[in-house]
Amino acid sequence: MTREMTGGMTGDTRADAYRPRRDRLWFTRSRGYTVFVLRELTSVFVAWSIVFLLMLVDAVLGGSLPEFAALAARPWMIALNVVALAATVFHAVTFLNLAPKATVVRLDGRRVPAWMIQGGNHTAWALVSLLIAYVVLRS
Amino acid sequence: MTPRRRTPEPYLWLLFTGGGVVAALVLPVVVLLFGVLMPLGVVDWPDAAHLRALAGHGLVRIALAVVVVLCLFHAAHRLRFTSEELLGIGRFDRLIAVVCYGGALAGSIVAVRMMTYMS
Repeated sequence: MTREMTGGMTGDTRADAYRPRRDRLWFTRSRGYTVFVLRELTSVFVAWSIVFLLMLVDAVLGGSLPEFAALAARPWMIALNVVALAATVFHAVTFLNLAPKATVVRLDGRRVPAWMIQGGNHTAWALVSLLIAYVVLRS
Repeated sequence: MTPRRRTPEPYLWLLFTGGGVVAALVLPVVVLLFGVLMPLGVVDWPDAAHLRALAGHGLVRIALAVVVVLCLFHAAHRLRFTSEELLGIGRFDRLIAVVCYGGALAGSIVAVRMMTYMS
């Protein structure tokens, strides 16, 4: 996304071009970089959550839900999912807050303020979460 | 005027954004319920028959397939650039792209097959 941050990747092919040494620990040099990398790494847990979801659906359709529940209850699995929960929540907050920066919405010639778009997004998040919880838990 | 070269990048960014929104709206509550609260015993596991009926519903299957496909492409797109930036391997972009999107495609095929399989 932000290749310019890492440097050294320009298309200059001249042999005498100056190439600065790559800073291997660039993401530790400032808090902003570290948060940026953490946010990017949430994608690993998005992928894991999908694998977990597919395992669940497979167990439900295949009639092996007790086995899946036993696996999910193992301490390392709970630990992994607690981290996955933190990562997906971090992803949700940052991604939903990003929307007004990516799209400018104009109403009646005025720009809709960022907090309104963000508020709408977070309301949608709450509603979808409640709907899913209701549909899953009602008996 | 030079003809513009066609590139799949805009579509990949579109999948990334769509997947980002879907992942934000859907995944936290799924992980919270099935990954944390139910295993810890805070919330009881739902009846297997109830979940089975739910997974058998056409709308739920379509929703699951959409969620899986979009989220996988979101993750693939982010992993592509994260790995290149973190490890400084941007010169292998082509190969990394093939591996990332290929993985997402494989997962998508598994999911769609699972959702279209009548049980």
